[in-house]
Amino acid sequence: MRNLKAVLKRELKGYFESPVAYVFIIIFLLATAGCTFFLSRFFDTRIASLDPFFVWHPWLYLFLVPAVGMRLWSEERKSGTIELLFTLPITLIEAIAGKFLAAWVFVGIALALTFPMVFTVGYLGSPDYGIIFTSYIGSFLLAGAYLAVTCLFSAMSKNQVISFVLSVVACFTMVMLGIGVFTDFLNSFLPVWISEAISAFSFFTHFQSFQRGLLDSRAIIYFISIIGFMLTANAVVLEMKKAE
Amino acid sequence: MIAVESLAKSFGSIRAVDGINFSVDKGEILGFLGPNGAGKSTTMKMITTFLPPTSGTARIANFDIWENPLEVRAKIGYLPESAPSYRDMNVYDFLMFTAEVRGYDGEERRSRVVRMLETCNLKEVAWQLIDTLSKGYRQRVGFAQALLHDPEYLILDEPTDGLDPNQKQEVRALIRRMGREKCIILSTHILEEVEAVCSRAIIIDSGRIVADGTPEALRSRSALHGAVTLELIGAKDRDAFAELQKIEGVEKVVELTDEDKPGAPAVDNDAEKPGKSSLRVRLFPKKGVAIAQETARFIHQRNLEVDAFTLEKGDLNEVFYNLTRGGQA
Ligand SMILES: Nc1ncnc2c1ncn2[C@@H]1O[C@H](COP(=O)(O)OP(=O)(O)OP(=O)(O)O)[C@@H](O)[C@H]1O
Ligand SMILES: [Mg+2]
Repeated sequence: MRNLKAVLKRELKGYFESPVAYVFIIIFLLATAGCTFFLSRFFDTRIASLDPFFVWHPWLYLFLVPAVGMRLWSEERKSGTIELLFTLPITLIEAIAGKFLAAWVFVGIALALTFPMVFTVGYLGSPDYGIIFTSYIGSFLLAGAYLAVTCLFSAMSKNQVISFVLSVVACFTMVMLGIGVFTDFLNSFLPVWISEAISAFSFFTHFQSFQRGLLDSRAIIYFISIIGFMLTANAVVLEMKKAE
Repeated sequence: MIAVESLAKSFGSIRAVDGINFSVDKGEILGFLGPNGAGKSTTMKMITTFLPPTSGTARIANFDIWENPLEVRAKIGYLPESAPSYRDMNVYDFLMFTAEVRGYDGEERRSRVVRMLETCNLKEVAWQLIDTLSKGYRQRVGFAQALLHDPEYLILDEPTDGLDPNQKQEVRALIRRMGREKCIILSTHILEEVEAVCSRAIIIDSGRIVADGTPEALRSRSALHGAVTLELIGAKDRDAFAELQKIEGVEKVVELTDEDKPGAPAVDNDAEKPGKSSLRVRLFPKKGVAIAQETARFIHQRNLEVDAFTLEKGDLNEVFYNLTRGGQA
């Protein structure tokens, strides 16, 4: 645990010592605000709800989260520091968890900085704060799932750009599994129970349950398992690839 | 003690390390020699638990690299080849990070880092980003990281690579000093370094050990070992050339041109200059015979004018060449 903390602190400090972190946070805030106010026409709806804000998260995270996570292992392998890291008395699990948590905390901070949204909607009307709370939880879990996918692909390539592209494609697929157009397409040639099983794996469907104001334990377990699975795969890939 | 047993590593069809056995005791400084791609770094990566061997094992202080990798890592200080470090950190923070992972905190952690900054002459760059350091300084950062926990076992992959001559000397002195109570393995391409630092040397070629012994023992394998080199003055001594052959124990006599002189330029017409009368010859002994005394007596008897008399200790470069590339050619 001490080493996990050391890795986490180092990574997190790394984020905040580089200008990229601030650029990321600003882009994230501008993009969420822009989507909410201009694309969703937040004011025109005249409904005191943050739905028009959260509905964009799966799409914004699609690019922003891989941008945060792509360097985690690519950089380590490219610069050879992975040899340093894995000859220090640190276990693979500590290193993987430490890096993942650092990036997750970072995205969490960016998410928390959207709090003026809550004030805005509170000022304009009387929203259901319970739904806002569960939506934030859902959004954070969703970001974690994206990030775990990114960690896996970051371990696969020394090239950050390749890691980024692969992560975006993989995350996009995981979202699309639950989108209507895609399930309709699957329904056209697959039995319904199979297409339903596939869409049950979607990030999107599980994220939606939080937006209904539920802390659905199935959805929570789903996201936690996705994270666990991706990070385990990350460990396997690292063991295989670290020598290269 | 570090004990390496039948250690082997294949990368696909490449047999990088092909069954290596040796052990190193406390107080020994073992030098790894070998041409590029011989498998030195790969061997070190396996001993330090970074790479899993294809077969075989190594034990460090009785901890097996398979069974107790974390204990092995805790015991070892490792400087990987070309000293990788986190370039987005400054030197102080980087060392603080390794100190934390090594289990130090509070005052102890800080004081260890400060001591390392002093030992490795890093004080003036302590707050500089590692990314902006010169190669030699980065090498020193790697060295500091490896020594921070005062490990009993040190594995250094080309530790003096990229250092300036003064720093090289300093690092060598430091290694020699530490060698008294530690167990050190280092790799190098500088044969003088082996003679200056190591108590023992292993020559690796194509993943196999081709020689293992003290630098002196290895040097004595050289054909040059025990030969006598003379510089004779005066034209008349040319006549003595044939006579030198008759000295007891001498196998053959060769005349040396300036090209044989270490450090001589490749093209040097000095020898052909008219009026040049000095003669350089080398007397090679028959196997196992000492000829220095006989030669000295001969010089005395004949009243030869001798400018220089050198008893050759042997040349590690030659031994290295013969055991590695030369052997295959
Ligand atoms: N990750 C890898 N994948 C494939 N081959 C590798 C890998 N690492 C090393 N090799 C091969 O293993 C052999 C030994 O390499 P190693 O780095 O151990 O040599 P070395 O003795 O340290 O050489 P140098 O003096 O150049 O540092 C080389 O043929 C090298 O190409
Ligand atoms: Mg090497």
